[in-house]
Amino acid sequence: MSDIEQRVKKIVSEQLGANEADVKHESSFVDDLGADSLDTVELVMALEEEFDCEIPDEEAEKITTVQQAIDYVNANLK
Amino acid sequence: MYEGQVALVTGASRGIGAAIALALAKQGAKVVGTATTESGAAQITTALEAHGGLGLALDVNDAAQVESVLKQIAEKFGDVSILVNNAGITRDTLLMRMKDADWDAVIATNLTSVFRMSQAVLRPMMKARFGRIINISSVVGHMGNPGQANYAAAKAGMAGFTRSLAAEVGSRGITVNCIAPGFIDTDMTRELPENVKEELIKRVPLARFGDVEDIAAAVTFFASPSAAYITGETLHVNGGMYMA
Ligand SMILES: NC(=O)c1ccc[n+]([C@@H]2O[C@H](COP(=O)([O-])OP(=O)(O)OC[C@H]3O[C@@H](n4cnc5c(N)ncnc54)[C@H](OP(=O)(O)O)[C@@H]3O)[C@@H](O)[C@H]2O)c1
Repeated sequence: MSDIEQRVKKIVSEQLGANEADVKHESSFVDDLGADSLDTVELVMALEEEFDCEIPDEEAEKITTVQQAIDYVNANLK
Repeated sequence: MYEGQVALVTGASRGIGAAIALALAKQGAKVVGTATTESGAAQITTALEAHGGLGLALDVNDAAQVESVLKQIAEKFGDVSILVNNAGITRDTLLMRMKDADWDAVIATNLTSVFRMSQAVLRPMMKARFGRIINISSVVGHMGNPGQANYAAAKAGMAGFTRSLAAEVGSRGITVNCIAPGFIDTDMTRELPENVKEELIKRVPLARFGDVEDIAAAVTFFASPSAAYITGETLHVNGGMYMA
């Protein structure tokens, strides 16, 4: 697992109070991990903090699964 | 009662804000009070330092200053767990004569600042699963008052903001409430002519202007664990002049 994958999964499990084992690539924050709308906002904020970036709202809306978060970070960060 | 809590009170150099800051500090909170000037901030430090509190200069309309004040507080005391949005101004005049500048200044200082300050403290409160945001509105926001269309609009706006934010963040243990003072004896009301004051007191069943301590007591209640189940609410403290 790449470093970015690991960091994203760690944040997701911390923010959503899920077991790291349950945080799979295809996991949906809302459907699989039980996030509410405020959780998803907090999650995006935590990703911004961890990767020192700003994720625009239009982009943030599209990040609904762990894989999408990993892809976003890979595509937008050095 | 508030050991371990960090409180930020805007506009604490005089009047209601000074009384709120002192009351929270006396009960054990680490209190930071703000004034628009360095000399005002120094005065607040003098008033609060026996209780470990501090005064800082802040113009609530300046986003960069808000950020820097919160950073200083976080470094010195930790994250803010109690925010009291108290800073406020009046620019009274009949609507026919109200300038854009009168409107804009009051909306910015009394309403937009509440959005800005609340947003700035929210992230750590969400993480901590605890927070108290207490907005000082006004009876005028509920009754209306000739010459105060700008002020009444800002204060009524505050109540709507309060209810919406309360709904958003309730699941995180954060409560958001308003306290609506009636006529309180401060610089703001000392400006009024004597005959106007006499007329006003006739409308108050308790037959006097309120003291700043009457408002401070309501704030310490909302900040306390006893008020944990109250959110989105306005508490009127007005001697009975308006009964909601
Ligand atoms: N007095 C009443 O009868 C009454 C009734 C209902 C509601 N209220 C509300 O209660 C609150 C306090 O009123 P008060 O009577 O205590 O007022 P006050 O004696 O006039 O004090 C106002 C405070 O706000 C600060 N302030 C003004 N503009 C600011 C800005 N741009 N940024 C940061 N701080 C600013 C002032 O700081 P400086 O000292 O540096 O100028 C001062 O500390 C206000 O929101 C007011 O609307 C008062």
